[in-house]
Amino acid sequence: MKVAYWPGCVSRGFTPELHGSMAAVAPRLDLELIELDRANCCGAGVIAEHNQELVDTLNARTFAMAQQTGVQMMNICSTCQGAQSECQQRLDADPDYRAMINSHLEPEGLTYERGGREWTNKNLLWLLVEDIGLDALQEKVVRPLEGLRVAPFYGCYIVRPTGRLGYDEFPERDFYLDQVIEALGATTVDYAGSHKCCGFPVITMARATSLRQAGRHLADAIDAGGDCLVTPCPLCHLNLDLQQPEAEKYVERGLGIPVLHLPQLLGLALGLEPGELGMDKHVVRTREVQRKVAELVAA
Amino acid sequence: MSFDLKVRRYDPESGESAYWQDIQVELGPERSVLDAILKFKADTDNSLGIRCSCQAAICGSCGVRINGQSRLACNTQLGVASEEGRSKDGTIVVEPMGNMPVLKDLIVDMDAVHWKKIQRVVPWLLPEGEPPEREYVVPAESMIDITQSMACIQCGACVSACLSMEVDPEFVGPAALAKAYRFVGDPRDSQTEERLRDLAEDPHGIYDCTHCFACIEVCPKDVAPMSQIMRLRRRASGDYGIKDSNNGYGHEKAFVDIVRKYGTLHESQLLPRSYADGSLVKSQVRPDSLKQLAEGLPTVINGLRSGKVSPVKAIWHKKLPDQDQVRRIYHEVESRGERIELNLYIVGDEAEGDEWGPDAGAEAPAMGDAAEVATGPEAGTEQGAAVQ
Repeated sequence: MKVAYWPGCVSRGFTPELHGSMAAVAPRLDLELIELDRANCCGAGVIAEHNQELVDTLNARTFAMAQQTGVQMMNICSTCQGAQSECQQRLDADPDYRAMINSHLEPEGLTYERGGREWTNKNLLWLLVEDIGLDALQEKVVRPLEGLRVAPFYGCYIVRPTGRLGYDEFPERDFYLDQVIEALGATTVDYAGSHKCCGFPVITMARATSLRQAGRHLADAIDAGGDCLVTPCPLCHLNLDLQQPEAEKYVERGLGIPVLHLPQLLGLALGLEPGELGMDKHVVRTREVQRKVAELVAA
Repeated sequence: MSFDLKVRRYDPESGESAYWQDIQVELGPERSVLDAILKFKADTDNSLGIRCSCQAAICGSCGVRINGQSRLACNTQLGVASEEGRSKDGTIVVEPMGNMPVLKDLIVDMDAVHWKKIQRVVPWLLPEGEPPEREYVVPAESMIDITQSMACIQCGACVSACLSMEVDPEFVGPAALAKAYRFVGDPRDSQTEERLRDLAEDPHGIYDCTHCFACIEVCPKDVAPMSQIMRLRRRASGDYGIKDSNNGYGHEKAFVDIVRKYGTLHESQLLPRSYADGSLVKSQVRPDSLKQLAEGLPTVINGLRSGKVSPVKAIWHKKLPDQDQVRRIYHEVESRGERIELNLYIVGDEAEGDEWGPDAGAEAPAMGDAAEVATGPEAGTEQGAAVQ
């Protein structure tokens, strides 16, 4: 399957292991990635906060570039998904508004055509379940992650608001990460924080709120017996992994649970080695997860 | 039909801890969860506490959590609630709302949290000058912008679901901030800037919202409190240039300017610039900025040590190949001199209920009626007027 691939800013910035692991795992999923390397930042909710016309134009530009490839668009960031879906909803809702936004793209020779259900922009998680399929995914597993206890962390932007994120058509989208974990042979950890906020959006504005959120979810996942978290959102990863030592101060306890990116967990089950997946590029060491996976191979 | 409900019970006067009660009710699937609870009270145990009045989603009294989701018991159908739960056996879980102390069973103390926060935002009009002889007259279109926040029925579902309030009980919160926008956006109010400054400077004000969409998801009236909070931020930073001490202004300015310059986000500049009203230079010299940078130093060191961030990448960031196009878009939008907003609450969403067919857009409202312009402080009563 060929997709117009939007990696987002953070996967090429502070979480290079996400970009790398996606590239490594794509062939194993029979995914051909046409990277949109001329597309711009989705605005992550901040440009939307500043000026709606601006953010709608910027994302229409990305969509138009993706549509030029003639295939569906895929992203690997919950925040990109949410921010872009918000713009797409407005662009699709009103032909005159869309035409006005498109007039900004004209000088570049670009046009966004109403997507509807014909042309979609899906996070890797959605694509896995809806286009590749859980059965097909299971067949590709060469190293079932038996015994690995994985706590799913979805990221707000991919679960709310359901009205604009396609939940009418796909009501199970807030359950896919659990399903993927199980399909890879691992065990899903049920804990309070899976669909809550990591706190990242306010790390510079309300540090205590932000790190208390991150710390609390991490602690819940640990208490529920998780070996690691997995998330389809690199911003969640930053607050949960990069900031984890700081979060400890706000929840006044030790933490120390690794936070994997979705392509990393996929890669482990599809036979890639931790080194190929950038698992050494984490603040919270992934050694224990690696050891468990190595034991699976030995067994 | 028979429905199984699992209801959270708690009576502080009994001295016993909270417990779950399993109840079974015979009712049609179109009937509400509130109907089931009232029937159980009437037939079996009248001691179960729930607050309710209109039973028609107007009074906002019967807010509870059903299957973990905050909503009105009276407009949640038993059939729907029974099918959506992940319990698989169809049991409907009913709990009191979150973020507020429980008085008894499903009744929470709205006074202690919700109404206190509503009071906090001065929820009444503060006009200037002599009152007119009769009513204040405003152009109808100037009120369009605030109709969404006026639709609030004070049920507290958003307060219950708020993920910021869960970790910061002092957060002013979604309902009260949506109410604040109702007055900030009202052309008759004379304290717009003061209101904005107050809520921007409060460490638990508009910049304490973590943008999680929980309030938007649960609101039974589509008030979208988070969107109103974003409107407050837009007004505070964009229209009034309020450089708050919470970095709200700085964060927005830094983010927007970085994408203007590079096309993608240069993360290592975002933090320092956020701490200094968006300026990289000021961030290196201002004492408050340096203090915050120092606080973030362990994270920077961790980032470098893990290999996530290389020193080169921290300093140097590549522009997009067609960055001049991104700049041109910024220029076109910003030189318009007014902000265009398409509020789907007001204009409706053509995608809703249609088949996404080629003619689906034919009956959609034209942008002339649809888009609103939120203008600067000088424009006064022009706020919310339609673009023509």
